[in-house]
Amino acid sequence: MNRFKLFYGGSIVVLAALAAALGAALVLTAIGASPAATFVTIFTGPFTDVFGLTEILVRAIPLILVALGIAIAFRSGIINIGAEGQMLIGILAATATALALPTWPKAALLPVVILAGAAGGALWAGIAGTLRARLGVNEILSTVMLNYIAAQLYTFFLRGPMIDPGELETGSGTPQSMRLPEAAFLDRLVPGTRLHMGLVLALVLCVCVWFFLWRTTWGFRLRAAGAEAKAARYAGIHVPGSLVAAMGLSGAFAGIAGAVEVSGVHHRAIENITSGYGFAGIVVALFGALHPAGIVPAAFFFGLLLVGSDMTQRSAGVPANMILVLMGVLILCIVSAKMYLNNPYAQERAARFLARFRKPGAGEPS
Amino acid sequence: MTHDLVYNILSLGVPFSVALLLASLGEMFNQRAGVFNLGCEGIMCMGAFLGFLPAFFLKTGPLAPYGIVLGFAVAAAAGVAMGLLFALVTVTFRAEQGIAGIGLQMMGWGVAGTLFRHFVGGVTGVEGLASWPLPGLSRIPFLGGILFNHNPMVYIAFLMVPASWYLLFKTPWGLKVRAAGTEPRAADSMGINVNRVRYQALMLGGAMAGLGGAYLSLCQAKMFADDLVAGRGFIAVALVYFGRWSPLGVLGGALLFSLAQSLQLAIQVAGIKFPYEFAVMLPYVLVILVLSLARKARMRGPTHLGVPFNREMRY
Amino acid sequence: MAKAQPIHELQLTGITKRFPGILACNNVSMRVARGEVLALVGENGAGKSTLMNILAGLYQPDAGTIAINGEEVRFHTPNDAYARGIGMVHQNFMLVPNMTVTENVALGLKQHHRFMNLDLKATRARIVEVSEHHELPVNPDAYVWQLSVGEQQRVELIKTLCFGAQLLILDEPTSALTPQETDDLIDRLKRMTAELSIIFISHKLQEVKELSHRVAILRHGAVVFNGRTEDHTPAELAALMTGREVHLPRNEGLLVEGPAILEARDLKVRGDRGHFALDGLNLEVHAGEILGLAGVSGNGQRELAEALTGLRPVESGTVRFLHKDMTNKSPAAMIAAGLGYIPEDRHHEGIVPRFTVKENLVLKDFPTPRFSWSVVLKLGEIARNAESLKASFDIRCSSTSAAGGSLSGGNIQKVILARELAREPKALISVYPTRGVDMGAQEFIHSQLLARRRAGGGILLISEELEEIMNLSDRIAVIYKGRILKVLTSLEATREKLGLLMAGVAE
Repeated sequence: MNRFKLFYGGSIVVLAALAAALGAALVLTAIGASPAATFVTIFTGPFTDVFGLTEILVRAIPLILVALGIAIAFRSGIINIGAEGQMLIGILAATATALALPTWPKAALLPVVILAGAAGGALWAGIAGTLRARLGVNEILSTVMLNYIAAQLYTFFLRGPMIDPGELETGSGTPQSMRLPEAAFLDRLVPGTRLHMGLVLALVLCVCVWFFLWRTTWGFRLRAAGAEAKAARYAGIHVPGSLVAAMGLSGAFAGIAGAVEVSGVHHRAIENITSGYGFAGIVVALFGALHPAGIVPAAFFFGLLLVGSDMTQRSAGVPANMILVLMGVLILCIVSAKMYLNNPYAQERAARFLARFRKPGAGEPS
Repeated sequence: MTHDLVYNILSLGVPFSVALLLASLGEMFNQRAGVFNLGCEGIMCMGAFLGFLPAFFLKTGPLAPYGIVLGFAVAAAAGVAMGLLFALVTVTFRAEQGIAGIGLQMMGWGVAGTLFRHFVGGVTGVEGLASWPLPGLSRIPFLGGILFNHNPMVYIAFLMVPASWYLLFKTPWGLKVRAAGTEPRAADSMGINVNRVRYQALMLGGAMAGLGGAYLSLCQAKMFADDLVAGRGFIAVALVYFGRWSPLGVLGGALLFSLAQSLQLAIQVAGIKFPYEFAVMLPYVLVILVLSLARKARMRGPTHLGVPFNREMRY
Repeated sequence: MAKAQPIHELQLTGITKRFPGILACNNVSMRVARGEVLALVGENGAGKSTLMNILAGLYQPDAGTIAINGEEVRFHTPNDAYARGIGMVHQNFMLVPNMTVTENVALGLKQHHRFMNLDLKATRARIVEVSEHHELPVNPDAYVWQLSVGEQQRVELIKTLCFGAQLLILDEPTSALTPQETDDLIDRLKRMTAELSIIFISHKLQEVKELSHRVAILRHGAVVFNGRTEDHTPAELAALMTGREVHLPRNEGLLVEGPAILEARDLKVRGDRGHFALDGLNLEVHAGEILGLAGVSGNGQRELAEALTGLRPVESGTVRFLHKDMTNKSPAAMIAAGLGYIPEDRHHEGIVPRFTVKENLVLKDFPTPRFSWSVVLKLGEIARNAESLKASFDIRCSSTSAAGGSLSGGNIQKVILARELAREPKALISVYPTRGVDMGAQEFIHSQLLARRRAGGGILLISEELEEIMNLSDRIAVIYKGRILKVLTSLEATREKLGLLMAGVAE
């Protein structure tokens, strides 16, 4: 049976991936690009030089962090679509903290900046969590709305209170903050590239999240409330509290992703800084089966996709929006495939179907 | 002065409500049948772009007048197709609806954006639909201009409200839709194909969201841009909750939002100092407020909303 | 729907249906003639409902045939079954609560569906006609959610008759009725046999004796007996049903007046619809006794259990546990104080189905020092606990790492029982503990409850099975419309007395 299950699961995943590729190929054909050439560029282009390789990892860092948060939320029975907004608020908090404490030494400033980002994200997500727990407001809708609100708040701060005074002097007026003090920078891992220490942090946090969810009473509580809220309540677990906690934690990870992106890559808050990591993180979390061990490879894969699709834009003129198509279709395929992966009815039907082709006497898997 | 201001706000607000109203009525059918379609946003995006495309291509030719009509037809057809895709995923494959909706939204967003860059590229306007003042009615003082001096899509959208009510409460199909969303097992035991009803509702909902999107590009903005829909699809979903799954309630919600929008414009035009970003975020804040206040009283709504139907699954 | 041809004979041959992990029906054959009442008997999970769902066109059989008047028929949907005159009244009513009675009937009455128009007037007229003909009074304009269980059942019958049913399938029609309502229903059904055939699913053998001409007994999906009802005593049928002589344990201890440990005083609690589901209820459970709570379901049992365990807010009145006022304390506080609870819905309230058996066994105690150092779980201890409970409570599962939801109903109930009893609760609230479990598990659960009683625990046993209550209880309280109508000692209680009280007649 186990061999059958593996085979079954494997073929479902392959079918889902093929369906997603097919969807993307259709759109590519519609705009007159060659699907094969585009896919080759996406999947091989980034491997041609060191920069491409490191860039995959650079993209994977925020993806891992955001996806970890989303996995915590999903596992706890609350859906967080608001990572994009939580990242932005985290970036604002981290940037403001770093700029407010320019004289602090690195050992003190860097942790504080990252914690500030976490707090910002947690606060923003906490709004949606509290509304769900207290008033039953659908968290998908509220987090989506909070994304729009956060985007406006972010622009407001970059154009107004937090704008770099230099921009006002020169009159160019680019909405961006001042450069952070160097003590708030995450060190670069490979000189000459953008790869930074955030990667180590992300991997360490993966282990922490795994330990938290499966080895602590806190994680037990959150998972129980997420898997069956009624039974958790009957067992004395305070479910609304656990929803707020899960959402807050989830937002904290998005906030950390934002802080890491600022202090590791851009060194100041700029426009379009999140570049869709908040949404891509959802896909990464789902693709990684909501488990840290799955999220890491999934994040590398999507990092590759992001870098690759940037390259196709430059080389083949395929708009970078293509990546959205691919991610959207992938989500649809993953959630569809999930039902076949977990559904004993579908499994049994497939097993019986396969059994027809077996030699008589081989026995029916059951 | 105040009279003029009120008149301006109201006469602008009425046409502003059309896109939301159409999408929301469509979503109401989805939810009444038991499917929560967050992909509405993506369908509106596709409708907005594909509706715009024929009008854009035919702009200068002899067929120009038909461009817009064709645009609406294409948008509705695209909506049906996306509704079908969503039905395949959530009804046949029984996928989790919330996340699938986000997938459909990303897809619609991505496809519209990609095609837009390839076929159009930049800011280009289209003619739009001319106003058709209704003879007689539009001459009623004050109200005439607010209600009866608009393009034909406005009238069609408002006629959709009683039409939806009739469809939902007075026809066999409406009866099936309501049963499918509330007690699918009961409907099934009476020989109603729950999944087929859900497919149909999703196709209808998709068509209406597509039309709503096309209204934005063809009549309201008279152009297409990536962020044209700007969350209206999500707002439409929220309005269904706010409107308690009834056409009249949905109309009320759509008007509330469009009036807020025209009020915001009026304030800006009047030159009152107010950071632009805060004005833009107003409708989104309003959605959260509306959702926080409107809740409970589930007795009237579809109690099996979001639950895939599987006859043989006992637990 | 055009009037179907009369059904002179219905024949099922070799019906087989498989669900994942279960063979629900195994090569089942049986026949029903016109005007005949066939009782389909068997334990829960024997495959009765599955078989009837196949006959009603809801499930497709994996093998086997259905023939009417000698002609083979295939039912792909319930419509096909209705068209041939087969109608089913399900155990869980198939009614849409937020629609009126007329709308509910109209849903299936396809001949009144016109293009873009629904002929509700014609449907209403048909309902009135059927309800008068069969003397089943009903208000066609009422919303279903406003109706009582008995009224909803009448709507179900009328609905099925409106569709032109000639063969009526009734799935446990009496499970939610008082003994008197049951008698009434049986009378009506007897009269209907002049025009109809009936297949009647039940596990209450008295009703089977009273109503049916023939009886078919299913066990593990197969027919083990098929014969004339009058030739056999209920005891013989019971033995055939379970495959062995079953001796459910009885409470034979003496009535001991222990101190009251769980008390409810003037309890007022709202139900889900906002009405007072408990309306000034008074109740005491003493240490070392089993207090049975009898009543027709829906009279406040669920709300009482939830109010006592802290799950439902109390509007007024007090809950005292171990002589302390615990009104509106959190569920966690009640659990910590030593209150055990076996909830009604074991799949969603009793266990977390996706959690493993070992996790489910510590669902209440995982934060205690036994299972965790501060916040870190002691996985080894959790596994050892599961192994020892698995052995002592005879929980049948492939491993304690299997998902709780993958177990059978009886074994899920044992997991819950093991978890609750291992905590040695001072008081235990047990709601429908044996609903839908097989006789063997039932026997085990009963003996465990009695053992807890001997150890000095107080038990509140809420059940809809009078026999279970009478076998186990020291005292029996009858609940009616949110109040305790009367408390009897087990010596005073008889089936008849309890039946009258359950119907609200207090002397």
